[in-house]
Amino acid sequence: MEQTRREFIKTSAIAATASAAGMTLPGVSQALAGSRDKIRWDKAPCRYCGTGCSELVGTQDGRVVAVQGDPDAPVNRGLNCIKGYFLAKILYGADRLQQPLLRKTNGRYDKEGEFTPVSWDEAFDIMAEKWKAALREKGPTAVGMFGSGQWTVWEGYAAVKLMKAGLRSNNIDPNARHCMASAVAAFIRAFGSDEPMGVYDDLEHADTFVLWGSNMAEMHPILWSRLSDTRLTKPGCEVMVLSTYQHRSFELADEGILFTPQTDLAILNYIANYIIENEAYDRDFIDKHVSFHRTATDIGYGLRPEDPREQAAANPGVGKFDAISFEEYAESVREYTLDYVHALSGVPKRQLERLAQAYADPNRKVMSLWTMGMNQHTRGSWVNGLVYNVHLLMGKISEPGNGPFSLTGQPSACGTAREVGTFAHRLPADLVVMKEAHRDFAEKLWKLPQGTLPGKPGYHAVLQSRMLNDGKLNCYWALCTNNMQAGPNINDEILPGWRKPENFVVVSDPYPTASAMSADLVLPTAMWVEKEGAYGNAERRSQFWRQQVQPPGQARSDLWQIVEFSKRFRTEEVWPAELLDKAPELRGKTLYEILFTNGQVDAFPKQVVVDEAGNRYDNDEMEHFGFYLQKGLYEEYRRFSLEGPKPGHELGEFDHYHRVRGLRWPVIDGKETLWRYREGYDPHVPKGAGVRFYGNPDGRARIISAPYEPPAEVPDAEYDLWLCTGRVLEHWHTGSMTRRVPELHRAQPNALLYMHEADARKRNLRRGMAARIQTRRGEVTATVETRGRNKVPEGLVFIAFFDEGRLVNKLTLDATCPLSKETDFKKCAAKVVAA
Amino acid sequence: MAERKQAGEGAQGAARPAPAAPSRRRFLGRMAGTACGAALAGLGVGLYARSAAPLAPHALRPPGALAEPDFLAACVRCGLCVRDCPFDTLRLAALGDPAATPGTPYFVAREIPCEMCEPIHCVEACPTGALDPALTDIDAACMGLAVVLDQETCLAFQGLRCEVCFNVCPVQGEAITLAQRHNPRTGQHAQFVPVVHSAACTGCGKCEHACITEEAAIKVLPLALARGDLGEHYRFGLDEKARAGGSLLAPDEQHRYHLPEGVDYRLDAGGLRPRGEPAAAPYGDDPLDTLNRGLEGGDG
Repeated sequence: MEQTRREFIKTSAIAATASAAGMTLPGVSQALAGSRDKIRWDKAPCRYCGTGCSELVGTQDGRVVAVQGDPDAPVNRGLNCIKGYFLAKILYGADRLQQPLLRKTNGRYDKEGEFTPVSWDEAFDIMAEKWKAALREKGPTAVGMFGSGQWTVWEGYAAVKLMKAGLRSNNIDPNARHCMASAVAAFIRAFGSDEPMGVYDDLEHADTFVLWGSNMAEMHPILWSRLSDTRLTKPGCEVMVLSTYQHRSFELADEGILFTPQTDLAILNYIANYIIENEAYDRDFIDKHVSFHRTATDIGYGLRPEDPREQAAANPGVGKFDAISFEEYAESVREYTLDYVHALSGVPKRQLERLAQAYADPNRKVMSLWTMGMNQHTRGSWVNGLVYNVHLLMGKISEPGNGPFSLTGQPSACGTAREVGTFAHRLPADLVVMKEAHRDFAEKLWKLPQGTLPGKPGYHAVLQSRMLNDGKLNCYWALCTNNMQAGPNINDEILPGWRKPENFVVVSDPYPTASAMSADLVLPTAMWVEKEGAYGNAERRSQFWRQQVQPPGQARSDLWQIVEFSKRFRTEEVWPAELLDKAPELRGKTLYEILFTNGQVDAFPKQVVVDEAGNRYDNDEMEHFGFYLQKGLYEEYRRFSLEGPKPGHELGEFDHYHRVRGLRWPVIDGKETLWRYREGYDPHVPKGAGVRFYGNPDGRARIISAPYEPPAEVPDAEYDLWLCTGRVLEHWHTGSMTRRVPELHRAQPNALLYMHEADARKRNLRRGMAARIQTRRGEVTATVETRGRNKVPEGLVFIAFFDEGRLVNKLTLDATCPLSKETDFKKCAAKVVAA
Repeated sequence: MAERKQAGEGAQGAARPAPAAPSRRRFLGRMAGTACGAALAGLGVGLYARSAAPLAPHALRPPGALAEPDFLAACVRCGLCVRDCPFDTLRLAALGDPAATPGTPYFVAREIPCEMCEPIHCVEACPTGALDPALTDIDAACMGLAVVLDQETCLAFQGLRCEVCFNVCPVQGEAITLAQRHNPRTGQHAQFVPVVHSAACTGCGKCEHACITEEAAIKVLPLALARGDLGEHYRFGLDEKARAGGSLLAPDEQHRYHLPEGVDYRLDAGGLRPRGEPAAAPYGDDPLDTLNRGLEGGDG
């Protein structure tokens, strides 16, 4: 190793001091010997959020010893947030799960027994026994799987195949349901195709940034520094931040706008009304590219059907929309006047007008951004759509700097949950189980008899909890997610179902999470670079990585677990005779043979994984199954994007991704697509069309009128405060990884109850005191914080959900957007008393 | 006393870091301490009372402590402040402790920072006024000053998104603010650099305690060590104006200038600029106008 003179002096001085003190210091001799040179560096996307920063992962002697922000990555250019800084440490928490653990008493499985180490064989034996019994007694709807936007692309794909094609159950849903489902529903409703039209480059091109329910400053730290840089360096650039409380993103805001919860619906309709009344809309764009609709209203709150709020709703769960004229649309937003919306939302008129002017100014490029404030919303699908409405009225969409951009919270919410389609109603590449043509295509591609795939959507995340609770779903496998901490209404809905005597619940995770504690069988999982993987970030960028190190003990990847489990089922055990009659050659075969050694998935033989520099990498799954499983799954999956009935999702070749820091789909002729639907950028748009929203048959985007409707639960005399939950910069989601990094734990050990000082005083509370937060569903205790990063208005309290020591989701209500089925974690009624 | 201690331990027990293996520095420190201790024992109590013993740079005094010489003169080494500290932040320097004069109270921010109690228990406990009883608002305390000592390792200075010191600061937005700067190395990101303001920093040490680098990049130092002194002969004009709430002088009367046609000059709006409306669109309605004006004729 080349040592600079100064470095030499420093290390020599340390060694000299140490020897003077009669010590030998481990590390000093290594440092002098130049151990840094032996580190092997390879790329991998970050494990945490949807930004998709690229990392260089340094391994030495089979351990990840360091990471660095990848200086050549377009997303982060060598930077990281505080969580990325500690990526190397998330693999090495002291309490990694290393062997399967089954609840047992006296050597036998017992729901109330103690967790006892078992072999993988025994674990799969009991699972298969329980699964087969449930299938026999109640059929495919009695088994279910809860997956993840943190799954690799092929893990999600293998899971969909096993559940939908193998076990013939659509009861598979990802945790992205809690996170992105409203964005998905609105993209599909408006554009007939999921995911944003823009890319991160919009962050450099826009003149006005509007944050609708997003604290990017903490939750998308690197994107926020890009946005901030544009604000700092581009003349005339402005930032407007809307939220129900003041958070870190307000520090940059030219206009920080606080609104009463739920009234974002009205604010967006006011902007639409403003644009129409001032005739600022782009008539030409509207004539050519937009159609107008009105959605069914009074649609309930996605609660249990017997809930009085559902009973009172005129059209519970109805997402139907009817075509209307532009004039009818204009009429539908006419009531959203400045006076009305100011009174409803509490936003000063000056701010409302400035916001509307930014959208209405034809010379300003506007980028709207949002995350959970809009997605976790009882009208999430509507409010997402209302943002599109405003952009479409102005034609400010699908071009550099102009567009609505939904940010994702998980590293592969897009790549896995959405693109692979691990939702209860979806199939890969925007196909859905409800459409026969889509099922036919999938069955043909998978070489399965017609009618294999069930056409009724399965249980979504919240419904899975309810069905477990009701005893209708009896075998449940949760992988790569922690629903016992992240899911809503833990006390009433989630925990009782998991602990119901007739139910059998399996959790696969690297760490003993709240979910693992509540399970019957815990499977140890290989994480991040302990396996080969691919993630898709929020700007449609798919990024691949190689396996860098071995997982600890007997931990195995979710992919290995899913595929290995498929060996336990023979077709005649899980398929009805009439289906097998259509393909008698499949009789006697295992699901493994049918799904994974079908001549396609096993088409790529075992090979040495090697990089350009000649470094060799492990691939445990290839070693175990005898073929290049990841490549085979990916190349089969890719055919959905190339040959499927919904063009526009084309993916590149497997090997291409290993040579680049990700590609943004559609990838056609090896080239990425920056702005979708725009001629010149998107090869699917015919020459001369300018813009074409080809996800819809008529090529037009839909403006769908939707009104303001009140939230499911509002503060009253007893529960007198709004409760909003969320996240912090230092921890990722439920903290199962970041809380095991001592430095991050020290920086943010516990979730604090952010409260207005006046509200605290009224309850005889002061900063630093313990308080109990109560809702109709539960109670947690937390320390009151009246200062710090979040400044909440009177009448609202905020608490983050990362802290396993206080399960904040005992408090939340499982009300969802009735269309997207995504829970509203941002508003329910609570009270706070001294502890 | 026991009761309060236990309550404090109960509240903080979970959050307090487990005692780490002694670092090399602490080991060396202890070795030196033992040697010193032996020497001190030999010298006897005469030395114990010496008030001029040099204070180790990282020793921080409790809130309200008088200036160091006065404090050493006033402090009777009774230990009442240490006894009443509910968070075990304060400790008494042992005989030979290199951190502070034996018997006097101090704290080490990296280990247990000051929790900024209200009321201020240690000050109330002090029988001699070594901790100034006039201090009742903990935000007015000046135990030290946080300094980003190592900008090479501070993540924020490298453009990474950390900001833990800012986030944990009890006087957030006043004692520590984040200065946003363009990051010329990536060309498209901003840096959020912590800036400490001595007027608001209490020296509680929360930032040093929470700093996530292996050796804290931000440290709290005693004021005497941390603070520079501008001198009486110069004032920062912008600060003075801000403090005064406006210009120290009467505003200028309206300036007037010799200017060519079509040009305006405004001191308060960017200086020289074209008069009147913002620049017209580069193209009119009639394509002939564009064609006729010729190549590069569109400027101005």
